[in-house]
Amino acid sequence: MIAAEGTSTPLLEVRGIEKSFPGVRALSNVSFEVRAGEAHALIGENGAGKSTLIKIMSGVYRPDAGSILIDGRETRLATPDDARRAGIATIYQELLLFPELSVAENIFLGHAPKAGFGRIDLRAMRGRAEALLASLDIDDLAADAIVGALSVGHRQRVEILRALSYDARILIMDEPTAALTETDVMRLFDIVRRLKARGVAIVYISHRLDETFAIADRVTVLRDGAYVGTRRTGETNSGELVQMMVGRRIDNMFPKTDAPIGEPVLETRALVRRPLTKSVSVTVRAGEIVGLAGLVGSGRSELAQTLFGVSPAESGEIRLMGQAVTIRSPAEARARGVAYVPEDRGVQGLVRPMSVLHNMSLAALSSLAHAGFIDRAAERRLAQHAVEQLGVKTRSLDEVAGRLSGGNQQKIVLGKWLANKPKLLILDEPTRGIDVGAKAEIHRLMVEFARAGVAILMISSELPEVLGMSDRVLVMREGRLVAEFDRAAASSQAVGAAMMGDTSATEKAA
Amino acid sequence: MSAIALPRSPAARGSLWRRVSSQETLLAVAIVGLAVFVGLTNPRFLAANNLADILLGNAYIAVAAIGMSMVIITGNIDISVGALIGVLATVSGSLAVAGAPIVVTWLAPLVIGVAVMGLQGVIVAYLGIPAIVVTLGMLSILRGGLISVTGGKWITDLPDAFHLADIEIFGVIPMPVAIMVGATILAAAWMRWWPQGRAIYATGGNAEAARLSGVSPRHTLVLVFVLHGFFAGVAALLFATQLRVIQSTTPSGLEFTIITASVVGGVSILGGVGTVVGSTLAAILIAEITSALVFINVSPFWTHALQGALILATVIADIERRRRRLAGDVR
Repeated sequence: MIAAEGTSTPLLEVRGIEKSFPGVRALSNVSFEVRAGEAHALIGENGAGKSTLIKIMSGVYRPDAGSILIDGRETRLATPDDARRAGIATIYQELLLFPELSVAENIFLGHAPKAGFGRIDLRAMRGRAEALLASLDIDDLAADAIVGALSVGHRQRVEILRALSYDARILIMDEPTAALTETDVMRLFDIVRRLKARGVAIVYISHRLDETFAIADRVTVLRDGAYVGTRRTGETNSGELVQMMVGRRIDNMFPKTDAPIGEPVLETRALVRRPLTKSVSVTVRAGEIVGLAGLVGSGRSELAQTLFGVSPAESGEIRLMGQAVTIRSPAEARARGVAYVPEDRGVQGLVRPMSVLHNMSLAALSSLAHAGFIDRAAERRLAQHAVEQLGVKTRSLDEVAGRLSGGNQQKIVLGKWLANKPKLLILDEPTRGIDVGAKAEIHRLMVEFARAGVAILMISSELPEVLGMSDRVLVMREGRLVAEFDRAAASSQAVGAAMMGDTSATEKAA
Repeated sequence: MSAIALPRSPAARGSLWRRVSSQETLLAVAIVGLAVFVGLTNPRFLAANNLADILLGNAYIAVAAIGMSMVIITGNIDISVGALIGVLATVSGSLAVAGAPIVVTWLAPLVIGVAVMGLQGVIVAYLGIPAIVVTLGMLSILRGGLISVTGGKWITDLPDAFHLADIEIFGVIPMPVAIMVGATILAAAWMRWWPQGRAIYATGGNAEAARLSGVSPRHTLVLVFVLHGFFAGVAALLFATQLRVIQSTTPSGLEFTIITASVVGGVSILGGVGTVVGSTLAAILIAEITSALVFINVSPFWTHALQGALILATVIADIERRRRRLAGDVR
């Protein structure tokens, strides 16, 4: 292991951790350490063991073997409470807050300052919450604001403050940026830097390599439950880290190749659906991948939902394959050859308690039915074909879909549209929250679809993905298209500037 | 990345084990096991006429539980069904006494059941009001209305031809049993092999995902409530025609027994999972337990307590099973 310079003993160290679950070896001989004032990133594909490791460091799981050292002393973390007393705070992906309570109440829930007779001292609690807010220069969040009404970024800040209210010295963050807007990511990084300066040790789990380089001092890679290596971020590059994660080199992270571009499949003119689609005109051609960039809230997903009939257009024109059409429901969109992979696969894409088989056939049931009956043999063939084509890793077609990993779930959500032979495929954040290997496979599949003549409209918040996969890049801001770039002209600076809208000229034009 | 071949044997083993350990199998084993156990204590329990009484007297609960199961699988609940069955039975009986043609007395509960439940389905699906609130309101309307109109009088002097439940098909199969078995098989087949049946599971499992796959959760909900109303009508008809009198009040706790049959039958209260074969078997098991209490000299007042215990145990098992099943890969 490479030690961080300066400090002597790590604040938190784990050595030789072993952990098995029935039938699964989750971690074998894993070691990891983090020092005061350091941000140490933990990366690896889904299933690499990151979550298990942080749960061991947070006292949720107990290791089968190995030791945990805090300030160099061996410590037993039998419960999350033990970890909290040892100064370890964990912020999980799903924020654990009470939406009906105020910011101050959430921060001090369970350890509120007390007045006489065990009564909560509301004034002291508020004062301490304000002090915590001030200590991180958070001036747009009130201590008595109700948490349920806050943005995701603010809620995450409340969680961080909650950790600090316990005087946490070690802060573990599990994919903290997964649901954040660009601005909130910047603010999070700012907070992380302040905490580092105060001597807090940060364990940072992420799927995004660019973030790792932006915020971490060192990075440790896990693969299949085993320790692969630790690097200083200044002395490595994303190629090396990806190779360490997947155990094989991905030569081209974006396998985009040119497909012959044909006739327009989708054309819209002055499409309006209030409040977030304001006169949008786009064209997507057969074989073309069009990337739709924009900040969260710029109206990208709303445009996709209007095209798919979830929230039908109020005015304007939609032409599919040259024909003017109206799309009033998802069923109509489907009948016209439009497929839509929504942003949030858990909430919008997958029927978790249903089998892989039934999820795969869900969008094709009417075409599978003969005289009312579902042709079950045909259904099975269809699902089997999709599973093979997409490389879904499942024990059987009858496996419950909710049991598969994120990447495999996403492939199912994509796969259920294959049987319909879509002409237009709308993908909303197709690779969010899935591991590098699965991501590359989704990208490969997109290229395959494009070569087969499918028109693809891809929404993504990851600029490298937009730039790497698109033939053309469209930028949306405040419900309008504000810029368009050819593949050659699309640079991260140009697209980023258009997203932020930092030129007054585009402001006026829009 | 090469395509992943699906290993045949673990898949087959998985589904075989799933079949063996399914709720339906467990219920069938429990039904037989209980009969053997009680039969050893008191052989009269196994007498043909006692077993027939258990089936005949409770077939209407199994039939009502078919629709209830569909409703619960969509992620909803209906607590008005007991009151509705009471009203439909009274309407049917009153028509018969008033001299209406028998066909009309048989069709009326079906039509009214479909109308009342269809209305509730529309309110739930299109106004977005939780089913428990809508059906609680309907429960009060039906129960209060029935008492006000009839004053709780019994309906007697029913014409002989009215008694649908007395008919025996081919002279051997009693109508209630035939209807129970037939309706269960038809409903189970429909839910398994027809697209609209599959839509029930998708709606309950994830309504948003169903909608974005081109399946309409609203249409599905209304359809399910309409079918539930139809089955409630059939249940009311069996209930009204099995005895010589109809007590024109709503049978107390009937909705609870019906919901118990669905839930004990393996229908998940969280929606998305369950079968009507399970709910029918559970209805038989519950009836068997109630009858068995008499034969082993336990006060029948324990019936409700036992039903409650059964429902709690099943729900806990369901939640536990779901938690394990959806925990995802543990790594």
